[in-house]
Amino acid sequence: MYAALRHSLAHWLFRLRGPESGRIVLVQRRVFILPSRYGIAYAGVLLLMLAGSANYNIALGFALTFLLTALGFNSLLYTYRNLAQLAVIGGRAQPVHAGGTAHFSLTIENPGAVTRYGIGIARDGVHLAYVDIPASNAVTIAIAVPALRRGVLLPGRLTLYTRYPLGLCYAWAYVEPKIHCLVYPKAEAGAPPLPPAANGTQHGAAPGPEQDDFSGLRAYHPGDAPRRIAWKAAARGGELLTKQFSGASASELWIDWAHTPQALGVEGRLSRLARWIVDAQASGQRFGLRLPGGSIALATGSAQRERCLEALALFEAAR
Amino acid sequence: MKPAGAPQALLPRQLWWLIAALLLVSAPHAARLPHWTTLLALALIAWRTHIARAQLRLPPKWMLMIIAAVAMGGTYLQYGRILGRDSGLALLVIMLCLKLLELAALRDAMVLVFLCYFLVVTNFLYSQEILTAVYMLGAVWVITAALIGLQMRGLHPAHREQMRGAAIMLLQALPLMCVLFMLFPRLSAPLWGLPQDARATATGLSDTMAPGTVSNLLLSDAVAFRVDFDGQMPPLNRLYWRGPVMWDFDGRTWSAVRGAAPARRELSAALTPVTYTVTIEPHARRWLFALDLPARAAPRALLTNDFQLLSQTPVTSRLRYSMTSYLSYRDDAEPTPNELRRALALPDDANPRAAELARTMRKAAADERAYARAVLNMFRNQNYYYTTTPPALDHDPVDEFLFSTRAGFCEHYASAFAVLMRAAGIPARIVTGYQGGEFNTIGNYLIVRQADAHAWVEIWLRDAGWTRIDPTGAVSPLRVEAGVAAALPQLELLPLLGANYAWLQQVRMTWDLMQNSWHQTVIGYAQDQQRSLMRRVGMQDTWATMVTLMSVAAAAIVGLLALLLLHRLNAKPADAALAAYMRFCARLARRGIARAPSEGPTAFGERACAARPDLAHAIRNISGIYVRLRYGSRAETQDAERLQRAVRDFRT
Repeated sequence: MYAALRHSLAHWLFRLRGPESGRIVLVQRRVFILPSRYGIAYAGVLLLMLAGSANYNIALGFALTFLLTALGFNSLLYTYRNLAQLAVIGGRAQPVHAGGTAHFSLTIENPGAVTRYGIGIARDGVHLAYVDIPASNAVTIAIAVPALRRGVLLPGRLTLYTRYPLGLCYAWAYVEPKIHCLVYPKAEAGAPPLPPAANGTQHGAAPGPEQDDFSGLRAYHPGDAPRRIAWKAAARGGELLTKQFSGASASELWIDWAHTPQALGVEGRLSRLARWIVDAQASGQRFGLRLPGGSIALATGSAQRERCLEALALFEAAR
Repeated sequence: MKPAGAPQALLPRQLWWLIAALLLVSAPHAARLPHWTTLLALALIAWRTHIARAQLRLPPKWMLMIIAAVAMGGTYLQYGRILGRDSGLALLVIMLCLKLLELAALRDAMVLVFLCYFLVVTNFLYSQEILTAVYMLGAVWVITAALIGLQMRGLHPAHREQMRGAAIMLLQALPLMCVLFMLFPRLSAPLWGLPQDARATATGLSDTMAPGTVSNLLLSDAVAFRVDFDGQMPPLNRLYWRGPVMWDFDGRTWSAVRGAAPARRELSAALTPVTYTVTIEPHARRWLFALDLPARAAPRALLTNDFQLLSQTPVTSRLRYSMTSYLSYRDDAEPTPNELRRALALPDDANPRAAELARTMRKAAADERAYARAVLNMFRNQNYYYTTTPPALDHDPVDEFLFSTRAGFCEHYASAFAVLMRAAGIPARIVTGYQGGEFNTIGNYLIVRQADAHAWVEIWLRDAGWTRIDPTGAVSPLRVEAGVAAALPQLELLPLLGANYAWLQQVRMTWDLMQNSWHQTVIGYAQDQQRSLMRRVGMQDTWATMVTLMSVAAAAIVGLLALLLLHRLNAKPADAALAAYMRFCARLARRGIARAPSEGPTAFGERACAARPDLAHAIRNISGIYVRLRYGSRAETQDAERLQRAVRDFRT
């Protein structure tokens, strides 16, 4: 009950509104500020100085106490200003397998004319990094988030905070950028070998790629066999291209949900499929994926791998 | 709420700033602390410096505890107390240096900074002069810069940035400081008692006079008091500032009466009243100075039977009082038998030759007045010299002075004259104080310095009462006419007093005027001044009004500053080309290609092309136009527009 109340109070107070897409500007109502514990200690010292000045009737003691009091008030404005109007832009994150670490890139932009020093970034109450952002400049940092489960991973709520310039106040802002990272199932270790490929499914024969009909060029992907690269085109200058052929390649491998034992459970079966997909791509075969409720057509290359792993990552995600 | 795990370790550059701040703020204390404290503090700082340079470990806690205990013991032995002003200061300085030795994390550094601020106040316990204030403002600047440095987490030093930031913040704090200073309600009495040693040290005249006491003051340029006259200032030679009056003589030393009786009589004739206001510097004694003769006591003071003006408590802070004096007067009330006896007493065995001389001369003179004139003539005509460096006198100093050395300062002449009077049966007493002063033509007030200290004699004549006689004037009329510097031989010129270059005089006058105004308006600003300020602006002088006014003014000032600071925040880069280029950089940054702060547009463009060959054409185009616009001399007229279009069409 209390926790729920506290939660909704925090939501109302700090205007937490779930993930936001695009450029998140720390407008003035998003920045919160309180005295830090150093600020409280500072106030204590000032009280002591005030009492001493009053007792000994030291005019300059009064002057100094009041100068430092004014400095403390000003630091409230300065600390607030150090965070206000920064813009946070979420970047892309490369997909990872579950159990790995997702790296979200986050760009913080300073549109103003003063350098922002000592901006801290924290996630889940744990400090991640300090950055200085020069005037009219932007800094990009990577935010490491452990990817525990397959699916879509969001970085969650991040805290931007600062104590600059005097450390007497603590200003912070919550941002929850709508950026996600695909988390593939963990590739099973020690999985059984790939299921046998069906050779020449349609023709029965096993024609080499050389015999196939040339059907066009596409951009080179890492992993394409060297002999398929259009070297003549490459020699003319420009990008590496890969020759594509119609018809079947050496083997056609269907990685099928049905081939995995039911005993493994959904996640276990997905994990085995992930392993097979990784191995299949590494071996250079044409492969496809059959899942309950859909399939991915035969193809080669890393794009095919990503496509298949994505299907696994999002498998039954709606449920 | 606050994130855990933020790095706390102190960077070397942060440590150097702290050490600089600590040295700066404790340097003025070095002269006030015992030598061993100063040396210990320096040794501790040197130790910490060595640790940082050689990257050694910090000393263990127990070692610091031992040093702290030793310092505490030493302080107790030195002062006989721990919690006094001086002893507390000595301990504070040592503790700060010890704190430096356990300085590892941000938290310790923050504590050290706060204590440095506190140490600034302790300096004001000893001096609140203009130069101290300026120095300490500089120290506060450095401490604040060190504090800013503590919040900068980057490895690269930004010393200029720290100093600049601190200067701007302090300047912006000044208006609010002034408001608080003027309107924060002041107390009229201390919150708790002052420690014994908080008193000002005794300076200036003392309650005894022996050969050398007054001439020692001659070298002191320190101000004794300043005087504002209502109306015309009387001529310098009539300005006798009356201080301690001395009746008792032991053959060498004259001493003032303790527990003097209050005045019980009026002057029988009083002419030429002069009214003036004296601002006296603290001297830790009770007497106040007034022109001969004060008409009545100042508030919270008492006028004694021999017209000494005594404050009820020792003067430990600067004090201002208004006085009226009569320069021409007649004080012919009959002395009491007790007073007569004391005004004639001479030790039996001391100064026999002087007594002999007095008897001879008295017989030769027609009356008391003629006798006094004869003694003055003797001083004037018989090779007596006025000098600040008289020869030392051993036994029977009056005899030695009169018959062999014949060179002396005012106390020698006054003492000899009084002895000669008493030996001839004329009641005489010594009056010490100041004579003359220096008129500040810029500020229209009189400065009386310690160097103006003087001693003269009063004798009691049946037909005239107590009459002032200044035997120094007989030897050196210039002393009384034009001040001590004019009266001395050229060789004995005093360091500052003697120089009479016009421009130097001008500088000194201006400087004293500044100091005087500083004391009157800033240092002397207290409850009374605060209340009269409120009344002058037509408001009630109550506590509540002041607090209300203060809050309103403070809110207005902070509000204005907020507008100033946050307004500048929204300022977009003025130039459109830069803005377009920034948009381009932001788009690339979103794809993980961020421009490093130090990276020029061309270098960044090449790096971006390498990372995104597919966009190379667009990137080179935009970078090229931007560089042309920015730095090139061959910028084309359509370039600005081209850049805008190219950035608009740039898709990653």
